[in-house]
Amino acid sequence: MFQAILFYTFAAVLIGAAMGVIFSRNPVHAVMFLVLAFFQSSLLWLLAEAEFLAIVLILVYVGAVMVLFLFVVMMIDINVERVQGGLVRYAPLGLVIAGLMVVELVQLIWARSRFEVATGGFAATPEGYSNTEALGAILYTEHVYAFEIAAVILLLAIVAAISLTMRKREGLKVQNITSQVAARAKDRVRVVKMEAEKRQ
Amino acid sequence: MIGLYHYLTISAILFALAVAGIFINRRNLIVLLMCIELVLLAVNFNFVAFSRYLGDETGQAFVFFILTVAAAEAAIGLAILVVLFRNRRSINVQELDSMKG
Repeated sequence: MFQAILFYTFAAVLIGAAMGVIFSRNPVHAVMFLVLAFFQSSLLWLLAEAEFLAIVLILVYVGAVMVLFLFVVMMIDINVERVQGGLVRYAPLGLVIAGLMVVELVQLIWARSRFEVATGGFAATPEGYSNTEALGAILYTEHVYAFEIAAVILLLAIVAAISLTMRKREGLKVQNITSQVAARAKDRVRVVKMEAEKRQ
Repeated sequence: MIGLYHYLTISAILFALAVAGIFINRRNLIVLLMCIELVLLAVNFNFVAFSRYLGDETGQAFVFFILTVAAAEAAIGLAILVVLFRNRRSINVQELDSMKG
């Protein structure tokens, strides 16, 4: 009962935050609502006993990705009124399609629960079960290949993000590493042989 | 009792809201990226719920990989956005028609 109250509270705040993301005129507010939405999802996952992913969602998503979003939103100076001009024009169509999708999906999801005996409840975890341990046990054995691919994807993201945003500016005083390394002593120092001068 | 169907319902509502957001915010590229993040969150909800329902952690391992790919996607997407804004001084989707597709 207490769990149900918690679930419905978190779910209501999550839906409200998602609405805030799509309806707020200011992109900074939208990012803040998105942070709230991720936080509520993390709480819901905690309720479902997926503890590791809940913590990762907060640490990685709220801590890194959302801060990156906030950084970019604040860095680029957007004219809010001009950008958001089309809000009213497409709102009815978008809402009709969204409502249709929700009604259909919910009908389909709950139709199964009506005809079947299974309640769809989560199975109780055994005594001494650790979610992190179980996840690590399959992540480093069954899915180790996918794990390595994920590492390569992150490396690719680093390289792509840096190479996309790096630009050459004219008149910048930077070192030329290649010419520094290629420099030899004989290019720099000229040894001149000359007669010693007579003593006066 | 809170179970699979409740989580699937939350996921469906979240997904539909995100798609509606893509329809509504057709002018602001950065909000479109946020809506994609919401769609991925809805998918992750499905994975977590089914993983708990079936008692199999493979679904949660998949969520782990989705989070990785989503982080990479956000980083590259925002980098493209910054370059785009630097070149065009605008992130209005309607003005991005130089390819005449």
